Amino acid sequence: MNEIKTNRQTYKPIIKKAANHIVLTVLAFIFLIPFLGMVITSLKPETEVLLLPIRIFGSRLAMENYQRAWTFFPFGQFLFNSVFIALCTSLVAVITSSMSGYAFSRLHFRGRDLLFTMYLGTLMIPQQVTVIPLFIIMRRFGWYDTYAAMVFPVGFTAFGTFLMRQFLLTIPYEIEDAARIDGCGAVESFIRIILPMAKSSIATLLIFTFINSWKSFLWPLIITGSDRVKTLPLGIYMFNGQYGTDWSGLMSAASIAIIPSFLVFILFQKYLVKGITMTGLGGR
Amino acid sequence: MQLGKNQRNMLTAVGFLSPNIIGFMLFTAIPVVQSLIISLYDWPTFGERKFIGLQNYIDLFTKDPLFPKVMGNTSIYVFCYVALNIVLALAMALWLTNIQRGEKLYRSVFFLPQVTPIVATGMIWKWLFLPKYGIINNFLGIFGVPDINWLGTTGTAMSAIIIMSVWQGFGYNMIIFIAGLYAIPESQIEAARIDGAGKWQVFIKIKFPLISPSIFFAIVMTVISSFQVFDQTMIMTAGGPANATNTLVLYLYNNAFTYLKMGYAAAMAWVLFAIIMIFTLLQMRLQKDFVTYE
Repeated sequence: MNEIKTNRQTYKPIIKKAANHIVLTVLAFIFLIPFLGMVITSLKPETEVLLLPIRIFGSRLAMENYQRAWTFFPFGQFLFNSVFIALCTSLVAVITSSMSGYAFSRLHFRGRDLLFTMYLGTLMIPQQVTVIPLFIIMRRFGWYDTYAAMVFPVGFTAFGTFLMRQFLLTIPYEIEDAARIDGCGAVESFIRIILPMAKSSIATLLIFTFINSWKSFLWPLIITGSDRVKTLPLGIYMFNGQYGTDWSGLMSAASIAIIPSFLVFILFQKYLVKGITMTGLGGR
Repeated sequence: MQLGKNQRNMLTAVGFLSPNIIGFMLFTAIPVVQSLIISLYDWPTFGERKFIGLQNYIDLFTKDPLFPKVMGNTSIYVFCYVALNIVLALAMALWLTNIQRGEKLYRSVFFLPQVTPIVATGMIWKWLFLPKYGIINNFLGIFGVPDINWLGTTGTAMSAIIIMSVWQGFGYNMIIFIAGLYAIPESQIEAARIDGAGKWQVFIKIKFPLISPSIFFAIVMTVISSFQVFDQTMIMTAGGPANATNTLVLYLYNNAFTYLKMGYAAAMAWVLFAIIMIFTLLQMRLQKDFVTYE
C-alpha cells in the first residue's frame, strides 16, 4: 500500500502540474482575447476589419488608424487631461487623506471616534446620490466644465482617510513617542517620522485614486461640456456615437486609453493588491 | 502655553482634519442632504421649482411603467453578475493557490481588466458581440449555432452585458479570496490531510469556513457596487433594445441629464441609497454570525 503511494507521488504531481499550467495558460489566453483583438484591429486597415471569414492579421500595419483617432477628436488634449486630472486628484487625495488619517489614528481629541464613524458611514453613500446636487453646486461655483470640478469633488475621499488610518495604526507608537519627548511637535513628527514610514500606503492610495480617475466616466460625462477638460473615456464615447462603424479607429482610441493603465498596473501591482486585501473596498 | 493640553490637542487635530473635512462637507455631506431636498421637489434643470412632497416617490412606484422594468433589469443583473463573479473568483482563487508556481502571473492576467476604463472594454466587447462579423458569433458558428444579434435582441442583450461585466470584474474578488486562502495556516490543512481528508473535504470543512467572512464581505460589496452599474449599459446598448438593459443608474442619468427632471432622478438615487443601506446593515448584522476566526 505504502509503496504504491510513493510511486504515485513521484510522477503524478509532475503531470498534474504541467496539465494545470497548460489549461491555465489556455484560459489566460482566451481571457486576453478582447485586448489582443483590440490591438490587432487597431493595426488593421479600415477596409479589412469587417471581412469574412475572419482573418487574424491585416495585410499590412495600418498606423493611419492611430492618426485618425488622434485627429478626429483632440485626443492629444484628452490624453493630457486624463493624465493631468488623475495626477491632481491623486495628489489632493494623498495630501488630505494622510493628514486626516494621521489625526484619526494618532492624535487624541474629543469626539474622534464618533467623527470617524461618521466618515465610515459615508463610504456606503453611492456616488449617484451626490451627483445631482454636485452638478448644481459646481454650476453655482462657476466650476462647470473646469479642471477644478474634475479634481476636487473626487479628491476628497473618506475612503482615503480610512485607508491611511488603517495603515498608520500599525506604526508602533514608541517611534513617535521618542521624537515627541525630544520636543518634536505633531506637525514635525508627521512630516519627518510618519510620512516616510507610510510610503507604501501612500503609494497604494495614489495608485487607487489614479486608476479610478483614469477609468471614471459618469462624473466627467455630467460635468464637462467642451473639449477643453474632457478625458479619454469621453473621447471613446464620442467616437462610439459619431464613428460607430470605424472599428479600427475606435480600437486605436481604446488602445490609447487602455495601455497606460496596463503600465501603471504592471509597475505598481504590489501596492494595488495590498490596498485591495487591506480594505476590500477601493477601486470596485 | 496658556492653552490647556486638551485645547492644544484639539487645535492640532483641527489643523490636520480641516482640509479633508471642508472637502467632505462641501462635496459629500451637503450634497447628500441637498439631494434629499431636491427629491421632494418638481425640480427641472431650467425653470420654476415646486415643492411636491413625496410625489416623486409615489410616481416612481405607482405611475411610471418603466421604473419597475428598470428595477427588474437591475435585479436580474445584480443576481446573475454577483453569483457568477463570486463562484468564478472563488474557483480561480482555489486553483491558483494550489499551483505553487506562476500564481502571480495568472492572477495579474485575470485582474487586468479591472484597471482599464469600462468605456474602452465595453466598446471592445461590442465589437466581439457583433452579429455576423463578431468573433463570438463566428466561434459559435463552428458548432452550428446560428448568428445571434447579442446586443440587439431583447432576450440576449442583458446576458451579453453580464458576461462582459464578469470578465471585467471577477479578478477583484479573486484577489481577496487568494489573500484569504493564503492566510489559512498550513498546519490546519496538513492536519486534516493526515486525518485522511480529501481535497473536497479540506475545502468544505477547513477552507470554506475559514474564508467565509471574506466571501460574505465580497458578496455584499459586489451587490452594492453592481446595483450602480452604468458604464457598460450606457456604452454597449444605451439601455436598449426596448429598455431590455435599462438599469437603475442609467435611467437615473437619463432623467436628470436628458429629460432634465432633477427631482425625479434624485428620488431614484434615494431608492438606490435605501437598497444599498439595507445591504450594508445586513452585512453588519450578519457579520457577527459569520466571523469564525479573527
